[in-house]
Amino acid sequence: MAEGAGEEKKKFSIWDLPDVPMGQLPPHLELQRSRVSCNKDAPIHTESIQYSGAYASMGIDNSSRLDRFSNNFRVEVVRLNEDDIEFDMIGIDAAIANSFRRILIAELPTMAIEKVLIANNTSIIQDEVLAHRLGLVPIRVDPRLFDYLSENDQPNEKNTIVFKLHVQCKRGSPRITVKSDALKWLPNGSELVKETRNATSDSSSKPEIYTYFGCSQETVPEFVKNPIIPKYPDIIIAKLGPGQEIELEAHAVKGIGKTHAKWSPVATAWYRMLPEVVLLEDIEDDLAEELKSKCPVNVFDIEDLGKGRRRATVARPRACTLCRECIRGDDWEKRVALRRVKDHFIFTIESTGALPPEVLFTEAVKILEDKCERVITELS
Amino acid sequence: MEHGFFTDNSAATFSLTDEDHTIANAVRFTLNQDPRVTFCGYSIPHPSEARVNIRVQTTGGAVFDASQYAFFGNDVLEEVELGGLDDEDEDLPAAGLDEEEFLFDQEEKF
Repeated sequence: MAEGAGEEKKKFSIWDLPDVPMGQLPPHLELQRSRVSCNKDAPIHTESIQYSGAYASMGIDNSSRLDRFSNNFRVEVVRLNEDDIEFDMIGIDAAIANSFRRILIAELPTMAIEKVLIANNTSIIQDEVLAHRLGLVPIRVDPRLFDYLSENDQPNEKNTIVFKLHVQCKRGSPRITVKSDALKWLPNGSELVKETRNATSDSSSKPEIYTYFGCSQETVPEFVKNPIIPKYPDIIIAKLGPGQEIELEAHAVKGIGKTHAKWSPVATAWYRMLPEVVLLEDIEDDLAEELKSKCPVNVFDIEDLGKGRRRATVARPRACTLCRECIRGDDWEKRVALRRVKDHFIFTIESTGALPPEVLFTEAVKILEDKCERVITELS
Repeated sequence: MEHGFFTDNSAATFSLTDEDHTIANAVRFTLNQDPRVTFCGYSIPHPSEARVNIRVQTTGGAVFDASQYAFFGNDVLEEVELGGLDDEDEDLPAAGLDEEEFLFDQEEKF
């Protein structure tokens, strides 16, 4: 690619470069700096050129200053539903986009069932399997209203949510399926008492309970209109045959995905770089038809040039999945170039329901800010 | 938590506990973009231990100016809601994340 590397349709030769650098990178270097070239066998130029003096000999400053960043940076929301969001971030680097993705998956707090107090379980689902399944049920509550529960704290209304599950399949009736809507919220705290092994305790001593709720959680204004329930009422927790019974209490606490994946607020969060499909030469008539039929996601379109001649154009480059079908076969690599734009990220976040996805992203930004602040306060 | 700080004023290794690639890669990228930095990299000594070492070597003479971080002391929540981000210009690139929030909120309205 040292000499005569074609960009678009005109041929470029390095002998045409001016003697004094003009403040702009020549096209072949700009391509290397800002695009990942996806060739048939492997992508090249995947690393981002971060070093500020990388192009110092050309007289170009590769450093990024805050004012330039804030002028060029854009966020454009493409799709926003109740459960997922797709938006574009233009002007940042993969390092920061990856930090957001990691924080979304592992460091945003949610509420999930942690302790399960089983009073009676005669079903065929083992205790620990039942507890594991209950922990994975997503709960529809804003975790920002709660505090963390550490080992020294007592469980109270500010850090615990208590659910109760009591189902029974009567003898003679058919098998029943226990779904997640059977979990009932107990706003007043736990109803079970701790067993005291002390044989000498008399009946006047107060029985110990598991949670110490000062006031009912129903009095909190957010929960008056939205009682705390699992987000999806049709998750199968267990199945009971005749005569089997499950009676348990489940306590939900706040945690982050790093400790256990049940506390991850996203079904998943991912990003991809914007694909760019460039036709290096005019593709006409039969070749154009062939190209259009090759692409499984219909990236290409045919336009009529008049007089029966047709030409292929790139209609939907964003839909490209980089399957490389269009460059398979002889000579196709010379006609079509597949690239990715290095600073344009298409982010998709799918929420499990505790928080809406756009709130999840703003919370992730706040968490990254908190981390930076913590480092700075430690240094100073 | 710095090491190798006494002899040479222009280079240091920072050892951060309870951190991982999430913040280390972002800091490394941002530091590399600064023209006063000659070398910046990070490593994780052992994956089972949550510790990351960030090594920075500079051209010397970069004075630590605490006034740049003035915004961190303020009530950050208030700034996001009122959109009071006019005085962000002298802050570190890491502080520029606030602008992202602001722009993102703008998008939501449309």
